[in-house]
Amino acid sequence: MRIAVCVKSVPDAGSARTIESGTKRLDRSADAVLNPYDANAIEEALRLNETSGEGEVVLVSLGPEKALDALRKGLAMGADRVVLVSDEAAIGSDLVATSYALAKALEREDADLVLFGQQGSDSDGAVLWAAVADRLRRPLISQVAELTVSDSTITGKRQTENGYDTIQAPLPAVVAVTDAINEPRYPSLKGIMGAKKKPQDVVSLSDIGADATRAGEAGSRTTVMTLSPPPPRGDSKKIEDDGSAAAAIVAFLEEKKLL
Amino acid sequence: MKTLVFLESVDGVLQAGSLGVLSRAAKLGGEVAGVVIGSGVAGVAAGAGAYGAQIVYVADDPRLASALPQPRVDVIAGLVTAQSFDNILFAQSVLASDLAAGLAARLEAGVNWDLAGVEERGGELIGTRAALGDSVYVEVAWKGAPRIGIVRAGTYAAEETGGSAQVENAAIELQDFSTAAVLVSQDRAEQAGPSIEDAEIIVAGGRGLGAAEHFKLAEELAEVLGGAVASTRAVVDAGWYPYASQVGQTGKTITPKLYIGLGISGAIQHKVGMQGSGTIVSINKDAHAPIFDYSDLGVVGDLHTVVPKLIELLRARG
Repeated sequence: MRIAVCVKSVPDAGSARTIESGTKRLDRSADAVLNPYDANAIEEALRLNETSGEGEVVLVSLGPEKALDALRKGLAMGADRVVLVSDEAAIGSDLVATSYALAKALEREDADLVLFGQQGSDSDGAVLWAAVADRLRRPLISQVAELTVSDSTITGKRQTENGYDTIQAPLPAVVAVTDAINEPRYPSLKGIMGAKKKPQDVVSLSDIGADATRAGEAGSRTTVMTLSPPPPRGDSKKIEDDGSAAAAIVAFLEEKKLL
Repeated sequence: MKTLVFLESVDGVLQAGSLGVLSRAAKLGGEVAGVVIGSGVAGVAAGAGAYGAQIVYVADDPRLASALPQPRVDVIAGLVTAQSFDNILFAQSVLASDLAAGLAARLEAGVNWDLAGVEERGGELIGTRAALGDSVYVEVAWKGAPRIGIVRAGTYAAEETGGSAQVENAAIELQDFSTAAVLVSQDRAEQAGPSIEDAEIIVAGGRGLGAAEHFKLAEELAEVLGGAVASTRAVVDAGWYPYASQVGQTGKTITPKLYIGLGISGAIQHKVGMQGSGTIVSINKDAHAPIFDYSDLGVVGDLHTVVPKLIELLRARG
């Protein structure tokens, strides 16, 4: 199967994350990593093709050119190539603009299956796949914790507020998986060495036939007005256990009159 | 302003979350309508009048029986185009999130999600949301109508004000690709077991416990504190603990006085179900776990050494 996995590079969770007060965008100067939730989608794509013994896994992303460094982890895991849409005019895309540019890139790939991870670790956004599915005019199954393919039908099991659903759709389809679906593999040394040599296409909006006015800030339909600190949670404390943490918890609960 | 609220119906019951958003929409002023979509749902539509809807549109069709988003995008897109709504509001759920995002693409409309509030200011709709693990609050807006907003679960309570609504049929024109995905089976989750929603103290266990048998630690700690045990979707999916204990987007929403998280990373899916807790204590060996961003006391350490000591100390207090 030809599988396209939508991925993104996000600031490393270990670095301090801030929003720039001028542009009101996430400061992306920190070290970037592959969005951890995307690793589950890549893993599932690799497993599906390993089962059938054939196919291709292409990573599709939107972001600055330096995002390639982070996306290479997906290649090291075993994906075949990367298509990164990188364009000044795409900076600051909101959901509607991002879904437009991604869908344009995906149309070119003409994949049997488009996979998404469950959320972006930077934006907590967890709805992009539904917008992409609508633009591609393909059936959607989201929140999938178990995925099987037979012939040209895909079956996803998922959990909702009301129980467990089993949903079936004909291929081509769009599927979003949760982090419960699998345990992503670690790239092998050989995989890491080989990743650099795999095709990594950086394309512009015009390369994929996208209208620049529908991407980036021009194409976005939402804005961020103001930033403010959250309502305080009292004195938040974080301690490292040196053997006394249990006693510290008891003292804290006593102080809060919770015991 | 003209606002449409998606009223989610499950087993013939309008969900409290969407009625809460409807109550809020009624306070924003202007015209307020609801839309109910499903099969055999015509009967429940009028009930939304009591929560502030002046009109309730109904799309009642056997093809809409399953709770799937894409055919609902078709119905609402048609309705918004025909009636020129300025705002389309949703209460966050698995169904509503996919529906709202699909609709945004269809209508080329802006969508803001995870909203902790919406208000009207000078004819414009303004939303508030927390970002970066609640470390910053942002005010968000839309560039023109229609504006789509997904409101966090539990943000607004449903308030019965006693009005009545006019019920009208919505046109149902479904796209081929929208009906291609089908629900082949559905198992209703078991709701039995001790109620974690009423407990004042919750000890929650996540994947960091390492194995199903280690839930004993959470149970012992809960017992000595007089609380109940909760869990996350990851451990429920792994079969470590029953669904009735699950907290989060697809589980329960809890507001205990004290929440203690053991080996829980605090992904958004879990957070939306417990962020209203009074005091939050968390133990996790990963210093970068998002849960530390909203914990009152965070302990970076091995729960397998910290928790047994904690139980011992609490027992010694008597």
